[in-house]
Amino acid sequence: MYRVNLFQLLQIVSAILIALIIGLIIIFVVSEEPFRAAYYLLFGPLTRIHRSIEWIHMTIPIIFTGLAVSLVFQAKQFNIGAEGQFLVGAAGATFVALHFPPIGGLHILIIALAAMAGGTLWGAVPGLLKARFAANELVSSLMMNFIGFFLALYLVNHYFRDVQAGFMVSYRFPLTAWLPDLTIRPRLHSGIILAVIAVGLIWYFLYRTKWGYEIRMVGMNLKFAEFGGINVQRVVFYVQALSGGVAGLAGAVELMGVHHRFLWTSMPGLGFDGIIVAILARNHPLGLLFAALFIGYLRTAARLMERRTDVAAEVTIIMQAVVILLVTAEAFLQHWQRRRKEREALLDG
Amino acid sequence: MDPYILMRNITKVYPNGIAAIKGVDFSVEKGEIHGLIGENGAGKTTLMKILFGMERPTAGTISVAGQTVKMTSPHTAIKMKLGMVQQHFMLVPTFTVAENLVLGMEPKQGITFLLQRAIELTEDLSRQYGLPVPPRAITSDLSVGLQQRVEILKILLRKAECLIFDEPTSVLTPLETKELFCAMQRLATEGKVIIFITHKLREVKEIADRITILRNGKRVAVCKAADVSEQDITRMMVGEAKIPAPVKRTTVSGPSVLSVRGLTCQRKDGHIAVCNLSFDVAAGEILAIAGIMGNGQTELVEALTGLYPCLTGTITVNGEDVSTASPRRIRLCGLSHIPADRMGRGIAAPGSITDNLIIDRYFKAEFSRHSIFGLRKKQIRQHGEILRQRFNIKAPTAMMPVQLLSGGNMQRVVIAREFTAAANLMIADQPTQGIDIASTLDVRQRLLDDRNAGKAILLISADLSEILQLADRIVVLYNGEITAHFSTPAEITTEELGYYMLGAAQQAGPEIEQAA
Repeated sequence: MYRVNLFQLLQIVSAILIALIIGLIIIFVVSEEPFRAAYYLLFGPLTRIHRSIEWIHMTIPIIFTGLAVSLVFQAKQFNIGAEGQFLVGAAGATFVALHFPPIGGLHILIIALAAMAGGTLWGAVPGLLKARFAANELVSSLMMNFIGFFLALYLVNHYFRDVQAGFMVSYRFPLTAWLPDLTIRPRLHSGIILAVIAVGLIWYFLYRTKWGYEIRMVGMNLKFAEFGGINVQRVVFYVQALSGGVAGLAGAVELMGVHHRFLWTSMPGLGFDGIIVAILARNHPLGLLFAALFIGYLRTAARLMERRTDVAAEVTIIMQAVVILLVTAEAFLQHWQRRRKEREALLDG
Repeated sequence: MDPYILMRNITKVYPNGIAAIKGVDFSVEKGEIHGLIGENGAGKTTLMKILFGMERPTAGTISVAGQTVKMTSPHTAIKMKLGMVQQHFMLVPTFTVAENLVLGMEPKQGITFLLQRAIELTEDLSRQYGLPVPPRAITSDLSVGLQQRVEILKILLRKAECLIFDEPTSVLTPLETKELFCAMQRLATEGKVIIFITHKLREVKEIADRITILRNGKRVAVCKAADVSEQDITRMMVGEAKIPAPVKRTTVSGPSVLSVRGLTCQRKDGHIAVCNLSFDVAAGEILAIAGIMGNGQTELVEALTGLYPCLTGTITVNGEDVSTASPRRIRLCGLSHIPADRMGRGIAAPGSITDNLIIDRYFKAEFSRHSIFGLRKKQIRQHGEILRQRFNIKAPTAMMPVQLLSGGNMQRVVIAREFTAAANLMIADQPTQGIDIASTLDVRQRLLDDRNAGKAILLISADLSEILQLADRIVVLYNGEITAHFSTPAEITTEELGYYMLGAAQQAGPEIEQAA
């Protein structure tokens, strides 16, 4: 069992290396100052404290959305609706942040709960449709993204909009709705702690509770779960709802930690990033932490590179695509693994 | 003269790391019927798949008619005049026999398919080899025996000199088996090479000229069939003398545990698969359901276990009406279930042995604290470890994923779970299918022990000798209906059962009603 994991690790590491090489080749082809660009791509986020903090901030929401998506993937269901759940969660958070009496401590908690409720609601819809009517959750969760996004825009535009600001943004949250900071200047908010706690909780949920067991068994073999007496429909429903809740929480953390107001006028894509890290981490909560850090690093480095050199940030999208392709390509490096197994099997006699 | 088929030092390691065969030599002469025998998992099918180009050997060479060949695909094999009758027929069910026969080499004029020509071809070929088939019939309407005949003709049409039969009798009735053997003998006298894969001793003794015995992926013997006794072969197959003795029936059955009345099941496509069944299984007895596969057994079991809703009728387990109950509810009423579809239903292959062993009990207080406080990890691990040892599941630890186990050990995981379930009714659906002799004997003994301990057991099996050895009562299922009921199995023969299974005979109503 451990050997297999080692193999998967090797697969991921070599996928990343190949992507890196491709990224560098592109940089050297397109750039006037390839060494500077490569430097920022490789080491950018490590060069200044505030850049490292930017990296962490970039990583936090991806951890949450990655957790959300991986929960559903564990049950071999699909969820590409984390984006919408994230936005509805953020809208719910904005509502409570602006309309709930600002009581220190309690305020943050209520905001988080409101965001989770919004996300849960949004996740429950595809879950219910799948469980009850066998509607393809891939399609329904995707569609829910648009409904969620425009609902959030509508709410912000009509109820929370700060008309004094030059853009379509909500009013600023009161200070009681700000996540406490870990460092002052440059500022690092405490969302990272919440994210790590969430990783632990989800891990415990998946591997140590009966609901997690049910989810995993449904994912491994649905017919077996059914045979063993698990109510598969119920699992399909609650895993989607729960996933929505986690994605919704990501919206609240992002607003309370970084922006302190609702400011998106296009989809931020953090829900989709969740899919990428879930795939990279093979849906394991602990692996997810590292996958999110990796994607966050790539994003931060890309932004820096774009700001400082003549290379566009999209180069990293190509790299990301290469990594995903290689990680999901089952046959990649399998030849090597098979040869080793053949040798071992023959040695066993 | 060199043998017609010569395989030297063949080794095959599957991607999952299991060495299916190791350094096997195998040869067949022209005009010979060669039995390839061994327990399930001994490597028979793998060896033949390699010969037929369906699998690539990890090492070793193959030569056909003195010519060394690299079998890269079944196409190469067919070009080398080999043909294989698979266990699962490769026929298009909606085509006519003639269409199936010429598939891929259709007689054509321009782009027009000449059906009449295909029918003539079929008739000629039938006559030539004495294997009559109805050329215009739709294939799915034919009996299994006739479909197999179409398979054979299909191969002969492609000018095969060597025919490989993979467990050809497992789906046939005794009568059909006899006909098949006649055909095989006729083909052999015409100089064809016949390879006959089986694990049935009697058949190999009856028909084969020579036999090759495989055990555990290695060749243990090649001998003339006439020179060895069935006991000798068994010994070589199993490695030690373990010959099943007939079982003495000692128990008297008690109150009814499972009671089925007027059960009718409909498949998703609207076909009535099970029609108006009524029977009882009492505590302390084994009721066996005999029948050729596909006569409603699957649907019956799915209905009884709550996996698929029944159309009408009632099912009662331990006095509780479970006709519309969920699988969990039925299990809680006292049912355990060994499913026929091991990979599909019986296990979650990527999961650990431990996880696979608790699917029906993880929520019970023994293994689970209240709600969010999680599962009792220590108890679950212990439970897995204990069962692994008690049921002799060959794995270094119970944390190993089930997919790394061999088929027999996977079945042991299922057996371990279902025999330790808190249940007094067991539905054992093909419990010994595809596992080796030692495991088979173990499972049968456990079934008998449980019966003697007062459990009610419903046994569904395609293996008639298993049914005759274990059953206290037998019902025959044909076309979704009970066509016979025997309360004294000792007095019937496999031939007699075969008639009922084939639908050639049917008992009168009153006799069948005794099943209930």
